[in-house]
Amino acid sequence: MFSWLHIAMPPAPALFAQLLVGLINGSFYALLSLGLAIIFGLLNIINFAHGAQYMMGAFCAWFLLDWWGIGYWPALVIAPFAVGAVGIAIERLLLRRLAGLDHLYGLLLTFGLALVIEGLFRQRYGSSGLPYTIPAELIGGKNLGFMFLPVYRGWVVVFSLTVCLATWFVIERTRLGALLRAATENATLVQAFGIDVPRLVTLTYGAGVALAALAGVLAAPIYQVSPLMGANIIIVVFAVVVIGGMGSILGAIVSGFALGLIEGLTKVFYPEASNTIIFVIMALVLLVKPAGLFGRAA
Amino acid sequence: MPDLLAVDGLHAWYGESHVLHGVDFVVRQGELATLLGRNGAGKTTTLRAIMGIAGRRRGSVRFAGAELIGLPSNRIARMGVGYCPEERGVFASLSVEENLLLPPPVRPGGLSLDEIYTIFPNLLDRRRSQGTKLSGGEQQMLAIARILRTGATLLLLDEPTEGLAPVIVQQIGAVLRSLKERGFTMLLVEQNFRFAATVADRHYIVEHGRVIDAIDNAALAANEAKLHDYLGV
Repeated sequence: MFSWLHIAMPPAPALFAQLLVGLINGSFYALLSLGLAIIFGLLNIINFAHGAQYMMGAFCAWFLLDWWGIGYWPALVIAPFAVGAVGIAIERLLLRRLAGLDHLYGLLLTFGLALVIEGLFRQRYGSSGLPYTIPAELIGGKNLGFMFLPVYRGWVVVFSLTVCLATWFVIERTRLGALLRAATENATLVQAFGIDVPRLVTLTYGAGVALAALAGVLAAPIYQVSPLMGANIIIVVFAVVVIGGMGSILGAIVSGFALGLIEGLTKVFYPEASNTIIFVIMALVLLVKPAGLFGRAA
Repeated sequence: MPDLLAVDGLHAWYGESHVLHGVDFVVRQGELATLLGRNGAGKTTTLRAIMGIAGRRRGSVRFAGAELIGLPSNRIARMGVGYCPEERGVFASLSVEENLLLPPPVRPGGLSLDEIYTIFPNLLDRRRSQGTKLSGGEQQMLAIARILRTGATLLLLDEPTEGLAPVIVQQIGAVLRSLKERGFTMLLVEQNFRFAATVADRHYIVEHGRVIDAIDNAALAANEAKLHDYLGV
């Protein structure tokens, strides 16, 4: 009599497994959209190179291991600094010249940079992925009774949530964060108070890029390290940023995790829509709240 | 008293438009001088050009003997110049206290937070509020208060009484007089010369991007007809 229920309700393990996949994806969406939000807030630049910088983070971890035998844990620190330094160079040499121009210029420049960087990596490493092994400490899994939890995936969720909350704390509750918020509103006045705003802008871009690279290192053992890994995820991340509200820190974190979960649930209940659900939500949010769920109307 | 600020042949441009055409005046140590003039005469631009945020500029601005032309605004602030903009510039995403603590100390000798809250008790009551939730008068108090902490010795104040009720204007006048007693040097842009007369030592008349006259406050009454002519009041 209720046989249709068996079709509608998936078995619990499948549900939890997809929820976990959703949380993992959400972790990456949140980390990446957080970096984008910070950069957009202060620089007013839509950083289309973010996906390429995420990919560079993963490659940096792979280079460290393959060339010098430096493992995952040091890579988690070295890669964000190394790729962040590349970001600082990009800001100093290129983005700075676009200050005060229309959004479009920054968008085109960073989009072009992403194509160049991804093209160079593809030229050298092809588009098939390179494997990166899970660090020994995080191999294996735990049976939670209702599901099997691979330790590395649990680590990714916990660690990225910690990084997101720490970033939120720095921006909303510290003096450095107050400077960033104030400079986002009125950079000229903050500089007239004695703050070296150009340096603040450079370091902020570097920090946003470093967050992307950190996500790249986290992703390396889960997805394969591939030149196009960033191009694949960044479109979804832009949708997440739009839903959360451009430049909103809390919006980036909450909508990153929430949309990962919604995507996971869609895979269980209506798999055909799992690739489009985020964009449908984006369209709906834009219709109802054009500034995004957490955005301040301009 | 020696000159703390000496502006000499100051020109400034916004894009292609030439706004200041050689502004000359001095502000002596411990003095409160005003720039009076009609709308669009170049008073605000003069303050912005001193602060280094007015676009292209030429000429000479000497502060305590050091040349400011060519320095970025953050370096000018670090030498001890505090700026209170016409639009007040209270940050909406910061609390009142965060707004107060935002400008970094640039030299020793600034007022402590306690002293500031003694002068502006309203700010203490509302220190957790969002900056822009304050009334206009309170926002003006906040914009002045936050440059008192830094140790700046010269305060550039752009129309602090604009759009405020008479009772608030009186309070601001009392604050400016007490700041003068504490030894601050101030350059005040005003449209309201009756208010300016209650606080200032000297007035400079600005017209068409130049200083065309200087009047001591003591001589203001004797020059009232001339002043009406300059200001069109």
